[in-house]
Amino acid sequence: MLLISCPNCGSRDETEFHYGGQAHVAYPENPNELTDREWAEYLFYRDNTKGAFAERWLHSTGCRQWFNMLRDTVTYEIQAIYPMGSPRPDAAGKVTADTGTASTAADSTTTGSASPDISGTSSSPTSISSTTAPEGATP
Amino acid sequence: MSADLLPEHPDFLWRNPEPKSSYDAVIVGGGGHGLATAYFLAKNHGMTNIAVLEKGWLAGGNMARNTTIIRSNYLWDESAAIYEHALKLWEILPEELEYDFLFSQRGVMNLAHTLGDVRESMRRVGANKLNGVDAEWLDPQQVKELCPILNISDNIRYPVMGATYQPRAGIAKHDHVAWAFARKCDEMGVDIIQNCEVTGFVKDGNRVVGVKTNRGTINTEKVGLAAAGHSSVLAEMAGFRLPIQSHPLQALVSELHEPVHPTVVMSNHVHVYVSQAHKGELVMGAGVDSYNGYGQRGSFHVIEHQMAAAVELFPIFARAHVLRTWGGIVDTTLDASPIVGNTPVENMFVNCGWGTGGFKATPAAGMTFAHNIATGEPHRLNKPFALERFETGALIDEHGAAAVAH
Repeated sequence: MLLISCPNCGSRDETEFHYGGQAHVAYPENPNELTDREWAEYLFYRDNTKGAFAERWLHSTGCRQWFNMLRDTVTYEIQAIYPMGSPRPDAAGKVTADTGTASTAADSTTTGSASPDISGTSSSPTSISSTTAPEGATP
Repeated sequence: MSADLLPEHPDFLWRNPEPKSSYDAVIVGGGGHGLATAYFLAKNHGMTNIAVLEKGWLAGGNMARNTTIIRSNYLWDESAAIYEHALKLWEILPEELEYDFLFSQRGVMNLAHTLGDVRESMRRVGANKLNGVDAEWLDPQQVKELCPILNISDNIRYPVMGATYQPRAGIAKHDHVAWAFARKCDEMGVDIIQNCEVTGFVKDGNRVVGVKTNRGTINTEKVGLAAAGHSSVLAEMAGFRLPIQSHPLQALVSELHEPVHPTVVMSNHVHVYVSQAHKGELVMGAGVDSYNGYGQRGSFHVIEHQMAAAVELFPIFARAHVLRTWGGIVDTTLDASPIVGNTPVENMFVNCGWGTGGFKATPAAGMTFAHNIATGEPHRLNKPFALERFETGALIDEHGAAAVAH
């Protein structure tokens, strides 16, 4: 069982959480302009990374807040926990993951205009969480 | 005891050849699907200058980790067609492969625990019958007659309200299935190359012309991917994406018991499936761990949950002990149906997305995939399972319809 550090509630068992799949998948700005291929990409295609993977979790039986997590999908080691809307941090102490993909893409936010600086300067844990349920959650 | 007192090693069922510099086709993945594909390429299409590349040992992935259930009672026409074809092949394969892998048609029961379950189950029985799949609806008393150890009283949280039953379904010994295919492949000249990991592909424009491995580069005209949980990793090497997510799926066995369980029981609602292996272990499994994972292990609460469900349905299991638990990596799609067909890369084909239910499909996956690789066009049975369906919207949504949650 994973032991997950909720940014608001502290360490809790995995059974208190709900998995939300890949993080940083933005809702298309102009859905009507997408081709079928692009729409399929948004609806059905997600990264299936072997290694460091940025994903969303919901503390469903705790604070009911979403947050992001960087976790190794082979060792299951949790490498970072960070707020919704913040860019993906580099994996601590590890060689930076494949630079070709969206690892630290500046536009990779799920809440639109959230400033990455908030998390860096804030000391209040409640201010770093988003109440917005991410769209397009994969089961 | 010194070594010279030990009996002779039995004959090997296949050679362990060095990879040649070129083949007419290369199958990536030496599990059940890869071996079945090679078998049908050789037998149906005369392609014997082919290789199966396996990064570990033969059939050591999901082929060694499944719960061996074989059935074809799927709701939708496309699924019923391919799984029923597989079941018909299972019925003739022991003779064809000259190997008794203990295919036991002891029937599979899918329990209904709610009114919704009952309606869906009866609908599925009707759909199955229209598709030529054997199916019956059983009331709780008939359930008890077929499987006396099941608790059908109404003093449990989700009482058994009935079940669908497929008499021709059953189980087989998975390892022996792989060995049976491997031996026949080898006899027909197929090279099965273990400890050979694919590290990349050689392309000429958009056409694949070779496979890079840890044992050198192999030239080939065609590549078939049959790597289940690692399909996305291979696709990325080849330069395209697949709409699959890899999850851990766990299963467990008890210590050996005398025969108590005459059939296979699956419950979608309380979520466990149980059979008793020929040797005597109770074999059970349930759903995937929620998170993506390539670790071949999952979280223990998932095991706990399926054992709780099993004990509620089978009170006599309360005193049984777990002997072993394990996990595999399953390649799930959002419509719980597989992807078998062409890819955006010329001469590269993919068979993946079977998720938690690939073992039962092994012969039909192999037959259709071999047809697709040999001719370049899908077989009528795998045509609906093309990658394009995620763009066209022609999904085959077996979620909640296929008698078990995938």
